[in-house]
Amino acid sequence: MNYAQLSLIEQLILTLSAMVLLTSFLLLAQTRIISLINIFAAQGFLLFLGTCLIAQSSGMYHLYISAGITLALKVFFIPWQLRRLVKRLDIRRDVENVGGPSMIMIAGGALVLFSYYVALPIRELSTLATRNTIAISLAVILLGMLMMITRRKAVAQVVGFMSMENGLFFAAVVSTYGMPMVVELGVAFDVLVAAILFGIFFFQIRAGIGSLDVDHLNRLHEVDR
Amino acid sequence: MNGWILALAQTILFLFCAPLLTGWVKWVKCKLQSRRGAPPWQPYRDLLKLFRKEVVLSESASPIFRVAPYIVFSVTALAGAVVPMFAVGLPSAAIADVIVLVGFFALGRFFLALAGMDVGTAFGGMGSSREMTISSLAEPAMLMGIFTIAMTVHSTNLASMTRYLLEHPIQLYPSFVFAAMGMLLVAVAETGRIPIDNPATHLELTMVHEAMILEYTGRHLALMEWGAMLKLMIYSILLVNLFLPWGIADNFSTLPLLIGFGSIVIKLFLLGTALAVMETGIAKMRFFRAPQYLGLAFILCLLGMLSHVILEIN
Repeated sequence: MNYAQLSLIEQLILTLSAMVLLTSFLLLAQTRIISLINIFAAQGFLLFLGTCLIAQSSGMYHLYISAGITLALKVFFIPWQLRRLVKRLDIRRDVENVGGPSMIMIAGGALVLFSYYVALPIRELSTLATRNTIAISLAVILLGMLMMITRRKAVAQVVGFMSMENGLFFAAVVSTYGMPMVVELGVAFDVLVAAILFGIFFFQIRAGIGSLDVDHLNRLHEVDR
Repeated sequence: MNGWILALAQTILFLFCAPLLTGWVKWVKCKLQSRRGAPPWQPYRDLLKLFRKEVVLSESASPIFRVAPYIVFSVTALAGAVVPMFAVGLPSAAIADVIVLVGFFALGRFFLALAGMDVGTAFGGMGSSREMTISSLAEPAMLMGIFTIAMTVHSTNLASMTRYLLEHPIQLYPSFVFAAMGMLLVAVAETGRIPIDNPATHLELTMVHEAMILEYTGRHLALMEWGAMLKLMIYSILLVNLFLPWGIADNFSTLPLLIGFGSIVIKLFLLGTALAVMETGIAKMRFFRAPQYLGLAFILCLLGMLSHVILEIN
């Protein structure tokens, strides 16, 4: 099937998925904590829009529920929670130095290529119009992982983790029109609990090592001092 | 024959509308900053005045310094002849494709940088070095963006690109969204507009383009300035005609030509206004942030190409 033969709504879905990939790259490059959280919220909003459009074009109306959960959790609750934490930890103005930004960007590009290559055989099995976006959602997962590896501050790592979850959700929506509702609710609840737990964790980490830089966890106090 | 006359007319229009676009951007900017502002046709007066003034040359100036303005201007004008402005299918479009267009710009820039270093002042050398740094980062992004579009339309000729897009209306290509964003960033950097270079300043430490032409006077300066205005015009037309090609004429009868002309005028005025709003809203970047900015442009164009391969090919 040729790209030009797709309906406009399907083209819009594909464009939105490409924008989700873009937000993943922006997360990778962004060094300010508050902007990081805003981009994460924007990614959630793009996911919400994409899910709504898929629900509309495929007639799978139960996807609207997933979209609603995404909107409530990933656009409003989790970013709000993270912002509140950042305010209480007083790290709003923190700028994190990411080592070798251009190298990370190139690695990100390579990951996209890799996920395209990996997703090629999966694509052959599917007949949905959105099957091409499987590679994109895989890339979003891998980019979130790359972000967790390259960042040292705990908050940025949590954002990376959440964007990995975004990628998983997106993969489920585009490849099989969503998971069973029980699974989806379970995952959403897990993410919710994780967001709250991470908040408690931040305070514990900071109380323990005096900083949110998790590199300090590699060192043993008895040896270094 | 008709086609060649039209092509000539288009090139002449190109040359003589370029100062108006620059003047319009300046005027809107002044209005936004609550200043009275010179009228939009002020650049014509400036150019006329400069053409009438005598040329003062430094004693250490070599012939390169003297021929550079003519080369820069004529190369830019030739580039303008290639870009379809209000009609596609003109015979002049076959002179060069879009890769050669980038080559024209590179040639012009080469002589501009040579001229900047020729007299041996510190500012000229500094400006040339900066210009080359910026362009070496901007050019790959530009080419990547162009390749992204060329892969969709199966051509690198500007006229056939625009014609293809006209014949396939209302398609939403994800790769085009990225290429448009990336090329917008590149165009801003290449034409020396605000986050990269400030066209309105002569402050020593921040200028790039102004630093290179600091030693020029009279008609040489006029040609250099006119060349810069033309470059802004070419990039603007390139952007609007590649990404919003509607209205452009695809045959040579009177009505489509008039519609094409009217639509390009409207599009350019809108783009000029948007440029002025953007320049008023943001501050100039530190020079060492420029690689980051152009890196973003490159990533956008790369993503455009990747999304073309992943999403649009079956």
